[in-house]
Amino acid sequence: MPEKPDRNAIEVRGVRKVFGTGENAVAALATVSVSIRENEFFTLLGPSGCGKTTLLRLIAGFDYPSAGEILLYGDDIAPQPPFRRPVNTVFQSYALFPHMTVAENIGFGLEMLNKPKAEVKARVAEMLRLVRMEQLANRRTSQISGGQQQRVALARALAPQPKVLLLDEPLSALDYKLRKDMQIELKRLQGETGITFIFVTHDQEEALTMSDRIAVMSAGRILQVGAPRDIYDRPADRFVADFIGESNFLKGDVTGTDGGRATVKLSSGTEIRASLPEGFSPSGSVTVVVRPEHAQLAAADGGAALQGTVENVVYLGTDTHFHLRLDDGVPFIVRRQNARGGADSFAAGSRAGVVIGGDAAQVLRD
Amino acid sequence: MASAEEIARAADRKDIRDRWLLSAPALIIILVAATGPLLIVLVYSFLTSAAYGGVEWKFSPEAWVSVFLERDIFDDTLSLADANITIFWRSIKLALMTTVVTLALGFPTAYFMATRSEKTRDLWLFLITIPFWTNLLIRTFAVLQIIRNEGIINTLLMKAGIISAPIQILFTDTAILIGMAYVYLPLMVLPIYASMEKLDFRLVEAGYDLYASRWQVLRRIILPLVKPGVIAGSILVFIPAIGAYVTPSILGGGKNMMISNFIELQFGQAHNWPLGSALAITVMVIVMIALLVYVRNTGAASGERRG
Repeated sequence: MPEKPDRNAIEVRGVRKVFGTGENAVAALATVSVSIRENEFFTLLGPSGCGKTTLLRLIAGFDYPSAGEILLYGDDIAPQPPFRRPVNTVFQSYALFPHMTVAENIGFGLEMLNKPKAEVKARVAEMLRLVRMEQLANRRTSQISGGQQQRVALARALAPQPKVLLLDEPLSALDYKLRKDMQIELKRLQGETGITFIFVTHDQEEALTMSDRIAVMSAGRILQVGAPRDIYDRPADRFVADFIGESNFLKGDVTGTDGGRATVKLSSGTEIRASLPEGFSPSGSVTVVVRPEHAQLAAADGGAALQGTVENVVYLGTDTHFHLRLDDGVPFIVRRQNARGGADSFAAGSRAGVVIGGDAAQVLRD
Repeated sequence: MASAEEIARAADRKDIRDRWLLSAPALIIILVAATGPLLIVLVYSFLTSAAYGGVEWKFSPEAWVSVFLERDIFDDTLSLADANITIFWRSIKLALMTTVVTLALGFPTAYFMATRSEKTRDLWLFLITIPFWTNLLIRTFAVLQIIRNEGIINTLLMKAGIISAPIQILFTDTAILIGMAYVYLPLMVLPIYASMEKLDFRLVEAGYDLYASRWQVLRRIILPLVKPGVIAGSILVFIPAIGAYVTPSILGGGKNMMISNFIELQFGQAHNWPLGSALAITVMVIVMIALLVYVRNTGAASGERRG
């Protein structure tokens, strides 16, 4: 992966958004701050109603923040109307102009910027080539498929060469196969254009595959910002761990900390080592998260950290999920990759031990 | 045995027959109530006028000659009938101006209504239809009260010291225009509102996002998409406006006649039913030509974009 420069394209500083007034006031965004680097594929990830689309609309200029500032390369753009911001949006519904052809749609932004006709024409042709839609330039937008409309929407937003491209769940209306193709396509476009992308989605898989960095949001707050691997391996709190991937949660007490790691005494009595979130030194009771594929099954009573009974074995082709009930009643899932011809060594009802490796556990901040 | 194809064909025939039967009542009413009177008017226009109203059953082109021409009473030479042409021109002019004024007032109104929340939208729609509950005559007299020399406008302006003598609005073309714009405004607002309500306002956001100013968004995105409503509204206002009778006869004061008043005159005091009939058909033809030109032009403009 190429080195990303450290300049910030967008800086959101203490932005708050309240809809309605008086008793009906709803805070869609509770004082959020985040920096998005130049040339970055940045994703806002969260369930519906978490404020991710609100934040995107504030950056686009369709809504104005109740407090705070939004800097675009150092200039506060929060008070500017959307048509003065060098930022373009790909809408969830595409919002293509139905009374214009594909080419007219793509050229609209440049035309509004009063670019000379020849330049508009050349740029439209270039965009059509970029999204591979040359043949359909003169079609009406109602005469093309959903995937093609998606490409037109992208080309239309990229044509004026915005400093930042905003994408509001652009893939949610596509079927699975097309969505996979478009994910790759979007990464390619971002690489080729070198434009900063801010991508909104509720699909964790989409976020993990495409993003340079992800901001996980919930209830109007940003809970964690980090690279996909950071977010997955070191979720900061319970919501992030639960929302992204599958998780096992274990209760325990911290008995000692050293250099970003803690020794946690689990309720079963076993002590394990777990990583700590940055700048967090807990004491007393904590929750520890272990991803199902980071734990291994072992023979029962063989000195494994945890002991339990296999309740259910789910074969998924690429791997198998073992649903266990630990001896203290806590459910625990172990995922094991399947080898060809391998037998199910642990049948439902059998006793098993769970080994938690040295770097498998993470303490949650909650 | 009948083949499947024959059965399908028989079913089709039955379908067609049923459709004709079902629409028969409507067709008969249209034929008797609309085409019938029109035919009578057409026939009358080619007959000779009787001395005290009605017609004599004797063919004469005289009525059609005197629609735009007048015969000199001394030497029978024909010259253009200035009075008639003035009345035709005034009718067309006032109908066009009414269309423009109602469009200018109705478009922002419809936009305002369509951008309200769903609940308040219904309220505004309800308010717009309220004038329809009142008789046209009474509404016209209400306008008269407002614009007459001792009316609200003149009284207020004089009290405020802006004018020293009342402005003569009543019995002018302006009075007719004000009255007609008021009466026909809902007919412009409703069709525009209907297409504006269907407008996807995310397209407006997309326009702003792509650097279009408010004016450009209006001209390049909103107007083309609500054009069907604008066309329907213009037609709905223009047609009744060109044939308006009550408003010009009350606010125009008999001096500033429009075609309808002139036609009424022929059937009344002038005792010239054939001329009245010929004038009525002339108005119809003018309206039809205007509509054809309008529809063709706007149709061509949208066809061009498609190409």
